[in-house]
Amino acid sequence: MSVLEVKDLRKSFGKLEVLKGISFSLEKGDTISIIGSSGSGKTTLLRCLNFLETPNSGIISVNGEKLFDGADSASQRDSEIRKKRLHFGLVFQSFNLFPQYTALGNVKLASNLLAKERLDYQAHKKDIIAEIDENARGLLSQMGLADKIDLYPHQLSGGQQQRVAIARALALSPDVLCFDEPTSALDPELTGEVLKVILSLAEKYTTMVIVTHEMQFAREVSSQVLFMDKGVVAECGTPEEVFGNPKNERTKQFLERYSG
Amino acid sequence: MELILQQAPIVIRSLNIGFLQTLKLFVITLIGALPLGLIISFGSMSSWAPLAFIGRNMERKNGRATAASRFFTGFCPISLIVKIIVWVFRGTPLMLQLLIIYYFPGLVWGNPIWGSGESGRFLASAVAFIINYACYFSEIYRGGIQGVPRGQQEAGQVLGMTKGQIFFKVTLLQMVKRIVPPMGNECITLVKDTSLARIIALQEIIWAGQAFLKGSQGISGAIWPLFFTGVYYLIFTGVVTLLLGWLERKLSYFRA
Repeated sequence: MSVLEVKDLRKSFGKLEVLKGISFSLEKGDTISIIGSSGSGKTTLLRCLNFLETPNSGIISVNGEKLFDGADSASQRDSEIRKKRLHFGLVFQSFNLFPQYTALGNVKLASNLLAKERLDYQAHKKDIIAEIDENARGLLSQMGLADKIDLYPHQLSGGQQQRVAIARALALSPDVLCFDEPTSALDPELTGEVLKVILSLAEKYTTMVIVTHEMQFAREVSSQVLFMDKGVVAECGTPEEVFGNPKNERTKQFLERYSG
Repeated sequence: MELILQQAPIVIRSLNIGFLQTLKLFVITLIGALPLGLIISFGSMSSWAPLAFIGRNMERKNGRATAASRFFTGFCPISLIVKIIVWVFRGTPLMLQLLIIYYFPGLVWGNPIWGSGESGRFLASAVAFIINYACYFSEIYRGGIQGVPRGQQEAGQVLGMTKGQIFFKVTLLQMVKRIVPPMGNECITLVKDTSLARIIALQEIIWAGQAFLKGSQGISGAIWPLFFTGVYYLIFTGVVTLLLGWLERKLSYFRA
């Protein structure tokens, strides 16, 4: 069974139809890269997966459970959406770290708040808090930031901030981790360290959806590449198929512009 | 000079009593206007549009948006009413508001709700100041809240935080940091605006100083006590400035 299954997802803003029926599925431990030119709907797709936008129709299922069904308004209630979001993590292009918390504080904040909803919170408060703390420290050192945990976002470089953001998303152990152009706001020198971290996550079989403009990286990291054009999936396949032998005319044009 | 030294003990005692009233009005105004301003700012940002469905129906029928359909979809009554109230209180002099709030109930309804004497004048002044300043504060809050990047809210949402958690744990402190400088300006202005309550004879420090011009406690025709009130204001604004600087330093550990 696929971890993530998206069926005929559609989204319009006013009269502009941005997603015109997107379908794809993702196996556990796999990574799918979504490429395509600006305005093709890549970011909107990620935002729909994370319920930052409500699709007009279509189905999103995780582990066989329908999280969103355009035909069923009960699946779109606010209170339920908050819980459903936890199946997904999202790393933003502009990091969006909370400036008033340290690196460690950023990673721990949501876990600490969620823990308060646990029924055994009062009874095991100390253990729970200690466990969250340990987990957050572990994630930050996994990101190579063991010596930066007490620094505030403005004291970190862009690459370090983005790695904190990745740790923050991982802290809630989402089923699917999404990246929205994670290196587009970084200097070329800093993109490498972030890409390396994402590669290491792929090696650990983290299930990921990555929107990116780094073609070389997409080729290396993905088990599947999805090329989007004007709101539809123009081509989808293994990196070898899509990059090595593109069948769609638009894919060819797009890739030529990138390699040229 | 010798005369001034002779008058000084009586004058200072009087000015101190007046200053206490000034200080009281300042503190009460802040206590009331800081939270009320936040409520007003939420009101002015309210997007509750109870008639939007009419507009949407019209658009569905016509296939396009018309002036009338736009009116219905964009009609937010709470926001509109709050914005009109803010316009009235920011658009008229505080001195006039003091006069109306203090005299209107007694003269027009024949029901002087404020009670008589100094306590009645203080109550009326406090009400006028709180509403007036809450309106100014609300606009500062609104700017502060809307100035926090949208991505902060989205980051909180994606992490499964509730609206309340996002406001209190993420947005609020960033907003506070943003609004300290403009709020500081308003506080300094408020220190001096308290003197406007003189118009309804609230016995604040200007009133106390002026009393010696007309004659009080055996001193009359003395202008220096009135001039001397300036020293009180300077010390008061000096202390407020120091407190605001301290708050700004307290919040300088992060950048928003």
